[in-house]
Amino acid sequence: MTTGTTLDDFTDRYARRMRGMAASEIRALFSVANRPEVVSLAGGSPYVAALPLDAVGAMLGELGSVHGATTLQYGIGQGDATLRERICDLMTLSGIDISNGASPDDVVVTVGGQQAIDLISRVFLDPGDVVLAEGPSYVGALGVFQAAEADVVHVPMDDHGLIPTALSEAIAAVAAAGKRAKFLYTVPAHQNPAGVTLPAKRRDEILAICQSAGLLIVEDDPYGLLGFDGEDASNGHVDNGNASNGNVGDGRPLAAFRSRSHDGVIYVSTFSKTFAPGLRVGWILAPHAVREKLVIASEAQILCPSAFAQAAVATYLGEMPWRQQLKTFREVYRERRDVALGALRDLMPVGTRWTVPSGGFYIWLTLPDGLHSKDMLPRAIAERVAYVPGTGFYADGAGGAHLRLCYSFPPPDRIREGVRRLAAVIEQEMAVRSVFGVAATASNETTVNWTPDDRSSRGFRAADTPGPETP
Amino acid sequence: MTAAGTTGAENSGTGTEPRVLVLAGGLSYERDVSLRSGRRVLDALRGAGVDAVIRDVDASLLPSFTTDPPDAVVIALHGAAGEDGSLQAVLDLCGIPYVGADARAARLAWDKPTAKSVLRDAGIQTPDWVALPQERFTELGAAGLLDRVLGRFAPPVMVKPAQGGSGLGTSVVREASALATAMVGCFAYHPTALIEPYVTGMDVAVSVLDLGDGPIALPAVEIVARDGVYDYAARYTAGLTTWHAPARLDADTAARVGRVALDAHRALDLRDLSRIDLIVDDRGQPWVIEASVAPGMTDTSLLPMSVAAAGLDLGKTLATLVDRAINRR
Repeated sequence: MTTGTTLDDFTDRYARRMRGMAASEIRALFSVANRPEVVSLAGGSPYVAALPLDAVGAMLGELGSVHGATTLQYGIGQGDATLRERICDLMTLSGIDISNGASPDDVVVTVGGQQAIDLISRVFLDPGDVVLAEGPSYVGALGVFQAAEADVVHVPMDDHGLIPTALSEAIAAVAAAGKRAKFLYTVPAHQNPAGVTLPAKRRDEILAICQSAGLLIVEDDPYGLLGFDGEDASNGHVDNGNASNGNVGDGRPLAAFRSRSHDGVIYVSTFSKTFAPGLRVGWILAPHAVREKLVIASEAQILCPSAFAQAAVATYLGEMPWRQQLKTFREVYRERRDVALGALRDLMPVGTRWTVPSGGFYIWLTLPDGLHSKDMLPRAIAERVAYVPGTGFYADGAGGAHLRLCYSFPPPDRIREGVRRLAAVIEQEMAVRSVFGVAATASNETTVNWTPDDRSSRGFRAADTPGPETP
Repeated sequence: MTAAGTTGAENSGTGTEPRVLVLAGGLSYERDVSLRSGRRVLDALRGAGVDAVIRDVDASLLPSFTTDPPDAVVIALHGAAGEDGSLQAVLDLCGIPYVGADARAARLAWDKPTAKSVLRDAGIQTPDWVALPQERFTELGAAGLLDRVLGRFAPPVMVKPAQGGSGLGTSVVREASALATAMVGCFAYHPTALIEPYVTGMDVAVSVLDLGDGPIALPAVEIVARDGVYDYAARYTAGLTTWHAPARLDADTAARVGRVALDAHRALDLRDLSRIDLIVDDRGQPWVIEASVAPGMTDTSLLPMSVAAAGLDLGKTLATLVDRAINRR
């Protein structure tokens, strides 16, 4: 008689936070998205081919051949001092500068924005703590919060981002439940996945609400510098008077939360979208006391960020025409956004809605009533188009009425072809559901708010989204 | 190499003949599983001293057959890409030997309703079924047709795509009201659905090999999914399912199960290897559910467990099958 095997001898030894991690058929479907036959509107990859790769390659070679004695050595935990200074120069574009207390001494260099979010969670979150986050929210952050055993409470958004009154209500509800919200996690500019940008007026309102409630803001800003020239003006672009100019024609972003508050905001960003995700360099700007703890936590985790990668970014910022490159990226993404929006307008069936991003990579699409983006994905893969189901962006299984489209990577003709295929998939799904009289579980969607539905979920949110290698 | 890990042949360079090409990946829902199967097969073959390489199936494949033809192919492609017989037909056109069922047999076994017809005609017990394409519901109206289905098969019933594997699009319908939703989920994966009574009992899988002396049934593997459902997560997440190899069957029942699996393998003419999935009901009667032409070879797959339970080495077993394929040329 056999005793049987689970092929895993450690099942009774895993940490509690690993519960629910399982192979996902949805994630497996994304494996196909790497094939050239498939138009992938799924991953969030920047179009790094737009970089001057010859020059970047020569720079990287020199970092090894000429400066290898230092670039291949350990660095300090907080990150290279030269890079931290250049990061501060960069942040002035977002209104963050010496006048509001930004200092290289309070910058911590991280391994991409992902480690930044993880460090902040390690420093602030105990199991059972509450994190308030936009609904929908960046899946990578949700995974970190879940690993920290925190409870994510989503705050509804509309076409202008987080809704201030909804935030007040969420804070009150959390307090009434006897729990403590440790921070608000927000991507205010060209949000992932919704593509919307929080206008200046709302930023002020939200900041006031958080200050009143004693709630910290974690501002994640990967896309702030990728606003399409001039378009943020219609969204309330402001210049706080501290940056060098307020010209909306140079792609300058709205003033960040951090530019409006020194102590109440921890600012996170990355070079993954504005330079090269392969280098894995991001950063945190934190109040001084927090910075100390972040450095200790980071040293415990990674000792120090890659000296080579930091040198590459510092050299890029110091010696290469990165401002011109940002402009190039914005033009590339703006063209692709326009193609995607045009195709959506031309091809999508009645009842489909979508956001209109003024920058960044993403469009958030709301399906016609009764459809569910996760259930529909196999049909999309069969039609050779990939997207990310909206369920990946909620901690509570909501989001089935939505999906995320990313236009940053495919060339324009492929974007249009992908939208054409997706439109056909949606029409097929509508037809089959109509025949069977079956609608996805009611989602209580309105034309304004993206309210979570009540579908239950299983496992980690990341299971509904592609891995980072998916284009 | 791409993120898929297989584009472009990787050479192991062990220097011994024959030179074997493992095909993995492909454009199917089971691409991810296939990539893992392919890597496992590659490692096993190399471990047995076979000069093996791995690659995806794409536009560079046929030119490679001209410039660098392999002596044999092992198909680790799941789904239509490797199991519907078309790849086998292409290999036949190119004159390249391969392990496994030929194109005709693969095409029959791949389509579940067709395979069940073959099995029933051969006197092998398989649950009764009906296969209905999506268009039929559109033409006739879903409500009336579902009523007819339910009139013949009272819940619980299985709803599954007529073609496909890994449990994708498959669900157990325990109440009549859930059937329509299950049909919609199934049609997302394939335009034809197969509906059959849900047989309760012990899930087992029997791998069948022909190493030169005729097909033999390896020890049955019993599947006990933690949550009671052997779905995609249960299949490919170590820890979610308990497998017993050999299955906890009495000797008579185990022998009966083996005989039925062999009968199914022969009826479908699956040649070198197959995996026959069965349910042993409460009376000890085996019901054949389906047959796999290109069984999974991942770390949690059933054929490698059977091979180990039989005291065989996976790499040497595959190498023997490769030799058989080459000698058929």
